[in-house]
Amino acid sequence: MNVSRRIVLHFPPNMTGQPVVCRLVKDFGLTFNIIRASVSPGQDGLLVLELSGERKNYDKGIKYLNETGIEIQSLSQDVVRDEAKCTHCGACITICPTGAFVLEPKTRKVLFDHSKCVVCGLCVKACPPRAMILYV
Amino acid sequence: MLRTIAEINERIRKGKVVVVTAEEVIDLAKEKGISKAAEKVDVVTTGTFSPMCSSGVFLNTGHTKPRIKLGGGKVYLNDVPVYTGIAAVDLFLGATALPEDDPRNKFYPGEFNYGGGYVIQELVAGKDIRLVATAYGTDCYPRKKLETLINIKDMNEAILFDVRNAYQNYNVAVNLSDKVRYTYMGVLKPNLGNANYCSAGQLSPLLNDPYYKTIGVGTRIFLGGGIGYVAWHGTQHSPAALRGDNGVPRRGAGTLAVIGDLKQMKSEWLVGTSMLGYGCTLTVGIGVPIPILSEEILRYTMVGDAEILAPIVDYSDAYPQREPDILGEVNYAALKSGHIKVRKKDVPTSSLSSYPKAVEIASVLKQWIEAGDFLLTEPVAPLPGMESGMSTKPLKERPVGE
Repeated sequence: MNVSRRIVLHFPPNMTGQPVVCRLVKDFGLTFNIIRASVSPGQDGLLVLELSGERKNYDKGIKYLNETGIEIQSLSQDVVRDEAKCTHCGACITICPTGAFVLEPKTRKVLFDHSKCVVCGLCVKACPPRAMILYV
Repeated sequence: MLRTIAEINERIRKGKVVVVTAEEVIDLAKEKGISKAAEKVDVVTTGTFSPMCSSGVFLNTGHTKPRIKLGGGKVYLNDVPVYTGIAAVDLFLGATALPEDDPRNKFYPGEFNYGGGYVIQELVAGKDIRLVATAYGTDCYPRKKLETLINIKDMNEAILFDVRNAYQNYNVAVNLSDKVRYTYMGVLKPNLGNANYCSAGQLSPLLNDPYYKTIGVGTRIFLGGGIGYVAWHGTQHSPAALRGDNGVPRRGAGTLAVIGDLKQMKSEWLVGTSMLGYGCTLTVGIGVPIPILSEEILRYTMVGDAEILAPIVDYSDAYPQREPDILGEVNYAALKSGHIKVRKKDVPTSSLSSYPKAVEIASVLKQWIEAGDFLLTEPVAPLPGMESGMSTKPLKERPVGE
């Protein structure tokens, strides 16, 4: 499975001279798109990347970044369901533009297919018991 | 008559009672036949779990030293205003009350993330609540200010008293306009983008006893995870509403006023709820046992989703303008299929009432009865029936004059 995430990398001054992104491509087969960069030798650096690749390789790449001492901040917003708060009423079903909420016919419980979620956030405010949470 | 409530209670005490849910009874009666099923089953349990705005709690906080007369003063619980127009330390907190600094719909659509319903849920969960009060002071109640944490366990009384719950059937809401509408029936997408309904259908208490032959004043019920009672018919009780041949109302009809000790309820079954652009409320869990006193009563409990019709109402115009027009009728089996046809358009459906939770309530109530923890009560007075001719009246405005 492929993943694509937006991340923010905070470089400590001693790391700004390292070919970090090059290694992500060469060693882990990841592709990247630079959204914003501010990297000068000997100073704190900041790099906003969209990083894509096979899940397995992506995880290895992130592990490598962690080991270098670079601080990673996830920029990818995420919508998750607080299972303790969800009452399975189903108000979200017709609100979601991608059909990420599906009724399980037998139990009539509402299943949330996270892979279909595009993080539009429409369900967050439309959920009556406020069980959908947007992480920024 | 097959059996009396006293006989059912005797069977409960002996551990011999036969209880099924209003969902289970449908297949059972089909399989065994109505007569045999009526002979076998003593009690059918129902359930519903929906936002119910006419809900609230009466609280008696106990007296401070020196005393303060909160009555006639201003009191806030976690910044939510409560009604103080009763005795010194009695308060009423309504489900839809909002903090005064909530922007409401000033920033449209308002989010209404906190209010009375949430305070009630936190109270029941045993959380400390911040009480802030000002009073005018009297000779016998000299104190004028109070700021303290309070907890349900320290109160003298905490009583849930909902004046309208468990609506017998309800509208299916759609939006014919070209703008999104934010309603108490949820977010309605433009041009028939969705249809929202709000009933447990075949599991709903009053749909299983359409003529109120067993449910009356004093009926013991599952309320908010604890034990409660039917206190009265609910406000807007309309037994004269249009009915099908099976006796089942095709419009919103009967309602229940219910009461119970909040201290023994559970926060899982009283849930603070927010309707975008509309307000804050409380989702309430209610389950009513129906004693199978006769074959006729069993037949009513056999009602299935396909036999219950609900009106489709346009919430962009007809509802707000109080026009009687409906766009047609649809049954709950169709609503639960996920799609209905309105004006030849395929419209996806959503529910505001949780069916899985309704099933759970009916099952919990069944377990309580089977375990001998819940005895049935004989109603002390009936709910007004069709013969009363009662139906909801509109407000006729009159000029106030000089």
